[in-house]
Amino acid sequence: MAAKLTEIRWHGRGGQGAKTAALLFGDAALAEGKYIQAFPEYGPERTGAPVQSFNRISDRPITIHSQVKSPDVVVVLDPTLIGPVDVTAGLAPDGIIIVNTNQPASVLKEKMHLNGRRLFVIDASKIARETIGRDIPNTPMLGALVRVTGLLSYETVMDDTRKKIEEKFKNKPEVIEGNLKAIERAYNEIQSE
Amino acid sequence: MAKTLEETTKMAAKAGKNGNKKLSALTGNEAVAHAMRQINPDVVAAYPITPATEIVQIFSSFVANGQVHTEYVAVESEHSAMSATIGACAAGARAMTATSSQGLALMWEMLYIAAGLRLPIVMPVTNRALSAPINIHCDHSDTMGARDAGWIQLFSENSQEAYDNTIQAIRICEHPDILLPAMVTYDGFIISHAMEVVRIEEDAEVKEFVGEYKPDIYLLNTDKPVTMGGLDFTDFYFEHRRGLADPVSKVKDVVLQVGAEFKKQFGREYGLFETYKLDDAEYAIVVLGSTAGTAKVTIDDLRDRGVKAGMVKIRMFRPFPYDEVAKALEGKKAVAVLDRSDGLAGRGGPVFGEVRNALCDWPNKPVTVGYVYGLGGRDIGPEMIESVYTDLQEIAKTGKALNLVKYLGVRE
Repeated sequence: MAAKLTEIRWHGRGGQGAKTAALLFGDAALAEGKYIQAFPEYGPERTGAPVQSFNRISDRPITIHSQVKSPDVVVVLDPTLIGPVDVTAGLAPDGIIIVNTNQPASVLKEKMHLNGRRLFVIDASKIARETIGRDIPNTPMLGALVRVTGLLSYETVMDDTRKKIEEKFKNKPEVIEGNLKAIERAYNEIQSE
Repeated sequence: MAKTLEETTKMAAKAGKNGNKKLSALTGNEAVAHAMRQINPDVVAAYPITPATEIVQIFSSFVANGQVHTEYVAVESEHSAMSATIGACAAGARAMTATSSQGLALMWEMLYIAAGLRLPIVMPVTNRALSAPINIHCDHSDTMGARDAGWIQLFSENSQEAYDNTIQAIRICEHPDILLPAMVTYDGFIISHAMEVVRIEEDAEVKEFVGEYKPDIYLLNTDKPVTMGGLDFTDFYFEHRRGLADPVSKVKDVVLQVGAEFKKQFGREYGLFETYKLDDAEYAIVVLGSTAGTAKVTIDDLRDRGVKAGMVKIRMFRPFPYDEVAKALEGKKAVAVLDRSDGLAGRGGPVFGEVRNALCDWPNKPVTVGYVYGLGGRDIGPEMIESVYTDLQEIAKTGKALNLVKYLGVRE
């Protein structure tokens, strides 16, 4: 997977941190010496409204600047988006979809048109509530993405994310540790179908 | 959309620590704000507008943190921003601002004054569509509208080029043969808000490269008092406007000279335009901005399938390098010019007009067609660019185009 250009699409709702997750993932990929892009889809930004953000990761410089239309990986931060939003749109035939849900993969699979694409599930909201204290599922989903794709090393992501979160939450050490714990737990608890 | 002051301040503080030569993950706006920090202008006067807001928002935190010595003037409109920048520059200061779209439109009458007074103001502009209807996304109609204002215009494909062009523009504008203002443009959101890998050069090296601004003629020089902005009627207005064409004619040489020095210092190469797989190309497109990066992917793909595709990416749109572009396109079987603005002139966009003008007297000129695409941020992907090359191959068969100008990617 690492040799070619990998495209990732994040689905979330305004306030769940889809943009931040893409930025953190992009930054960690740069820390591993990869070329990256991370960008949100800018539209009407309201808390709770469906939003998307994107990553491109490659070992070579990335020149393409069009929208991501056929991602290799889709990450869904909010399971209620499945249905109202066509989250598998354009997903590669051998693509991966990772969903934050408290339902088992077998149940979720019934609702989705996967056509052979691989589904992974994780209860990221539960992990977020238990580690961060709030249902902000972006960092646990980052952990799940790192595990499932194997694009980046776990250690790099933890190191780089710590640096990034420390800048933002210097006076809130519990937020820093909570987010890192969330990544670690999701990395270990991710389930395949 | 905007970052909080706390976040930008932290970003600014980090930049101070990491202002060394390394690869960073930055948006276009962040990269340009860093260029401005390293340029360290005497005065910045600005008013926020999406998607350019972050440039001066981040820069204002550099001012607040004492990382630059800039006098930051918060003004009440873009008209005032340009007026204050003009005043500062006329007084003898290195002065900058930044804007986009409606903000640029509101600067209108002052743009001509900046050029007419020969003031070397550098202004990053994030390209955004003009109203109506209201839209915040990318097209080039804002800076295309200002193409005859006497400003140099350098277009950038990505964040790195936006950063590099901002630094080079200082040297180009302040060159004693030039003394003209410049817009450094990059695509709104597509580049301004997309994080990608950018090499930020060392502060000291950039400082040395841009040098100190030492104007010869300026208002605060009491030893050599001058008038600027005087009245000219039928007696001298024409001579003064004619005089403005002289420095414009020298821009090309200075852009090349500064580009060569930049390459020597920092390793990245800049000319009047970039060519991509053009030498043996049979079918070529002419394009500006971020679409050029996407086109490179299309061209690589077409080349793998045996189609001799190539590209000219215009960097310096003003003044337009007519002869050089014509020479580059000479002998191609067919050429398509992609305009991200509709000139509404009745026959294609402004870039199309310039390329046709350039080729008009050339003996071995290719059939040249125009496309208007991407208005208001409409996405252009590799497939859409490939459809242009497919058209060109058809056109080459007969040597005639059925449609001189087409709209690409619009619902009709």
